[in-house]
Amino acid sequence: MRTTSQTTASGKGAIARQFIEALPFSKALQMRLDEFGDGLAVISMPYDTRLVGDPRTNVIHGGAVSALMDTCGGAAVMGHPDAVLPTATIDLRIDYMRPATPGDRITARAHCYHVTRSVAFVRAEAFDADDTRPVAAATGAFTVTRNEVAP
Amino acid sequence: MRQAPEPVHVIKERRDKALAALVEGVPYIRTLGVSFDRRGDELTAVLNYDEKLIGNPMLPALHGGATASFLEVCAIMELSFHLLWDEVESGRLDADSLTPDTLPRLPKTIDFTVDYLRSGLPRDAYARARVNRSGRRYASVHVEAWQDNRERLFAQATGHFLMPERP
Repeated sequence: MRTTSQTTASGKGAIARQFIEALPFSKALQMRLDEFGDGLAVISMPYDTRLVGDPRTNVIHGGAVSALMDTCGGAAVMGHPDAVLPTATIDLRIDYMRPATPGDRITARAHCYHVTRSVAFVRAEAFDADDTRPVAAATGAFTVTRNEVAP
Repeated sequence: MRQAPEPVHVIKERRDKALAALVEGVPYIRTLGVSFDRRGDELTAVLNYDEKLIGNPMLPALHGGATASFLEVCAIMELSFHLLWDEVESGRLDADSLTPDTLPRLPKTIDFTVDYLRSGLPRDAYARARVNRSGRRYASVHVEAWQDNRERLFAQATGHFLMPERP
């Protein structure tokens, strides 16, 4: 699962797409990698009645949105030029601003905005069909394995 | 003359029915494969292991999103079960006729912070939530999750919740 510094961006993208879409839990939630690269990732998942958290409103469970944010945050880290797949979450905070509209696809956009020797910092937002008002926002820290250049 | 205490099976049945009504109302709990053990009013959430909960199949380890979902489900159930407990034990609600429309409304998550302490192993996980503060409108809940050893947590979380309006 190691990549080298010679790996092209598109090559890494193909590996990452395959890797992310093959994660069993991401697959169970039908997540799709829409955009990837340079510390950015966009991942979306369809509305599904199996994800409902409140039977009175049919709004999906916050935990499902967390799962999407976590996956998207990890993908943003993998997409950073200095990082090597894969990564693990150290911590993730999610703020829920409003309920996602039942029936809408949920899309998360994550940005890995800073990487140190061992930690990657990520900000993310999630939207439903209305892309002007976020459903949720997240900040997270992820582990980094450095893309070491051979001496 | 003291009133005879309620028969134990009547008490147990009422409380188990109340818990089951809450759990069965939430599709995502079944999707994750979470069940609840009840001892009096204490709940332990169980994440029953399934291959679909895996994140990185190379390790393999539980998906961080599955862990986060499990902890959030546990926190919301702890708050909801205590709201329902008061209603059912006082006799204001009848445990036999609970439907999604008669159950108390669920708390809404304001924020949730998960601390991943070690990777989740491919086996069952357990979690217990503690309500640190529960006011009329806001509640603060801490959740701890472990697998083999109660003292070796693999994740913990803190969340704030907006409580439903009560009559």
